[in-house]
Amino acid sequence: MKRRDFFRKGFSASVAASATLAFGNLDRLFATPPKFPMLPYDLVAVRNGEPEAMFDKAIESLGGMGAFVKKDQKVVVKPNIGWDVSPERAGNTNPALIKRIIEHCFGAGAKEVYVFDNTCDDWNKCYKTSGIEDAAKAAGAKVVPGNSESYYQEVDVLKGVKLKKAKVHELILESDVFINVPVLKHHSSADLSIAMKNLMGVVWDRTFWHRNNLHQCIADYATHRKPDLNVIDGYRVMMKNGPRGVSINDVVSYKTLILSPDIVAADAAAAKVFGSEPEDIGYIVKAAELGVGTYNLDSLNINRIKL
Amino acid sequence: MRQFVFLKWLRVAVSLSFFILIFFLFIDFTNAFSSALIKGILFFQFIPSIIKFLNLAGILTAGFIIVLFLTLLFGRVYCSSFCPLGTFQDIVAYISKRFKRKKIYKFSKPINWLRYPLLAMTIIFLFTGSLLLVNLLDPYSAFGKIASDLFRPVYYGVNNLSVFVLEKTNLYTLYPVKLKAYNWISFGFSMFLFILIIRLTIKKGRLYCNAVCPVGAALGLISRISVYKIRLDESLCNSCGTCGANCKSGCIDTKNKKVDFSRCVGCFDCLTVCPGNGVKFSYAYSKLNLIKSPTKNQLGSNRRQFLLSSASLSVGALALAKDSFSQVVKGAKIPVIKKYPVSPPGSLSIEHFHKNCTACHLCISACPTHVLQPSLLQYGWDGLFQPTMDYKASFCNFECIFCSEVCPTGAILPIVLEKKKLTQLGKSIFIKENCVVYTDETACGACSEHCPTKAVNMVFYKGKLNIPEVKQEICIGCGACEYACPTTPKSIYVEGNPVHLEAEKPKEIKSEMKVKPEDDFPF
Repeated sequence: MKRRDFFRKGFSASVAASATLAFGNLDRLFATPPKFPMLPYDLVAVRNGEPEAMFDKAIESLGGMGAFVKKDQKVVVKPNIGWDVSPERAGNTNPALIKRIIEHCFGAGAKEVYVFDNTCDDWNKCYKTSGIEDAAKAAGAKVVPGNSESYYQEVDVLKGVKLKKAKVHELILESDVFINVPVLKHHSSADLSIAMKNLMGVVWDRTFWHRNNLHQCIADYATHRKPDLNVIDGYRVMMKNGPRGVSINDVVSYKTLILSPDIVAADAAAAKVFGSEPEDIGYIVKAAELGVGTYNLDSLNINRIKL
Repeated sequence: MRQFVFLKWLRVAVSLSFFILIFFLFIDFTNAFSSALIKGILFFQFIPSIIKFLNLAGILTAGFIIVLFLTLLFGRVYCSSFCPLGTFQDIVAYISKRFKRKKIYKFSKPINWLRYPLLAMTIIFLFTGSLLLVNLLDPYSAFGKIASDLFRPVYYGVNNLSVFVLEKTNLYTLYPVKLKAYNWISFGFSMFLFILIIRLTIKKGRLYCNAVCPVGAALGLISRISVYKIRLDESLCNSCGTCGANCKSGCIDTKNKKVDFSRCVGCFDCLTVCPGNGVKFSYAYSKLNLIKSPTKNQLGSNRRQFLLSSASLSVGALALAKDSFSQVVKGAKIPVIKKYPVSPPGSLSIEHFHKNCTACHLCISACPTHVLQPSLLQYGWDGLFQPTMDYKASFCNFECIFCSEVCPTGAILPIVLEKKKLTQLGKSIFIKENCVVYTDETACGACSEHCPTKAVNMVFYKGKLNIPEVKQEICIGCGACEYACPTTPKSIYVEGNPVHLEAEKPKEIKSEMKVKPEDDFPF
């Protein structure tokens, strides 16, 4: 416990010392589940639109981006930028959606919006080929590398069963608002890659997860810093050969978008869209057991929008 | 003499331009230069150009012919204008002059007993198919190793420090870069070369160029018959010694008013320092005050060359019987034993790569994923420091062919991206007994995640678990699976193909939606 205390104190001290930096919500750093704002719906699902139009509708029905982002706050948007593949291949989050989300953040008065991912392929190439770097910069966000351990700080995962510690990107720890924007796709290790799986891109050492019960580690990390909002990109969906995909033939046009502050519910809804049952996905069940959220969609107040 | 000053400044301008560009090439990690520009910058590099010409004869690879032609006309201008190691020595000398009393060079006898045998051995080794001496002695490749192994890490460090400072003020304009899998033996050799050359330069001027360098020796043989030569004018030279004291090659015998032009590196300093009109750079076969160059030693080394040649021939024959290299990870379960290294895409085969690579390490500097690293004995003892695909460091990016675009020797031949994606460098081999799915019965599949062709696919194992299966016919040996595998020793690894093969194209089947109706919600 001494070492842990040392990290915690040392980190808090350095945060406090950096008074010039715009840190907010210090309590979020090590806190138990963040409080959700009061929202009209627990989950919003949209179909049959372009990414931008679907997001506009969805966020509007939750009361606008202002429900999540307050004036002068620091926002981090975390897409999936894992692979050096073009947007048509659906290996990464749709760049048009990322751009739209950033625009809404600034519209709600965000001071800064940051975008990053700890990629699998060479990060420079991923950022470029995915179209996300250009889209995010065009919307005024800062695109930050995630390729170096120096950006990651060790934290305790207090509720973790297998994963007790993780090195987390500083932007996740420092930002006031965390918007998780995964793409829904098939995944050879974790069955499906959606919102919780996307959080593997905010930590440094993923090898540990693979080595020590992947599904449990994914669920464990979801207890640490839950995103304030999960936006699941189901515009194009990779049905097989995920998470990288081999060709455009792996991809089907779904034109779906799911929004929820409950990461488990969001994953459950997305799994159903894909054609899987949430109970069959290891990390969804394990995360629900840890009290991260619920995959019982019948218990939720869902807004279904068709464009 | 004032009229020659422009020659010296032309030399300084040309050499510094090439030096700065080449130096930057070897430390850059942003791939700032296009492949066409890189080819242009390295066009005149003598040995790479010869090797590339033998692979791909053409105007674009004929740089060495121009160098030969220039040497025949003006002597070894290559050594002072194009050679990065030559310019490096000039810079060292320039800096040391700032700190010390001005160095006075002295005329010295040529060290023919070393330079010609080294040249002969280099050539003999080449005929036996070994580039070992080129690897170790070629000035361009030596400079490449020094820049890539010594200066690149320093450059990375400075960059990362700047990143750290900027990050404190929330600026993310620069990004950090990691040095992967550093090869300390390659580093040691480069450090040895670096210190040796600095010491030689400070003490003895261009001794490396005139005693060790095979390019210097070869061009020196040609410069004996150059059309234009530097000579001392017997009637105008009063043997004051100024030119000799400024000659970094120590090749001006002012007492006897003779110049050993085979050792002259064409810096033109002597021309500019002569207080009178005694040093001439003129048509060598004019009768005007012609002084013969000393040629006594020219033939003297023939016998020695012969002896050394036969000796090295037998050594060279041994080189052909190459040892295979095995990598054993001790400690647990089934060790990974590799029979062959993996050579980069475009290199056709281990043999082609091994016989054409001068270990300049440009591909190592240029590789965006840093999967290319110096080898030790993977290619045999005479393939020391030739780059290999190190899947512990990283893996080959599916969409990248940059190494084949920058290689100056043709060891890595140009390859189009579509062909590279079907070129099998090696094959994945799965060791089930090491795999997490088998040992721990928990889900993994990191290998399959990273596989760009899905040659590594997850198939039903038991319960909810899937386990990797390798389809070698569509595997290209990029090493992504090996790199991503979380176990020690690895559960999946790439065994190099001695000759690169063509992989089959992955079958593409159109995916369909699982849920109907297609425009409604399944919840």
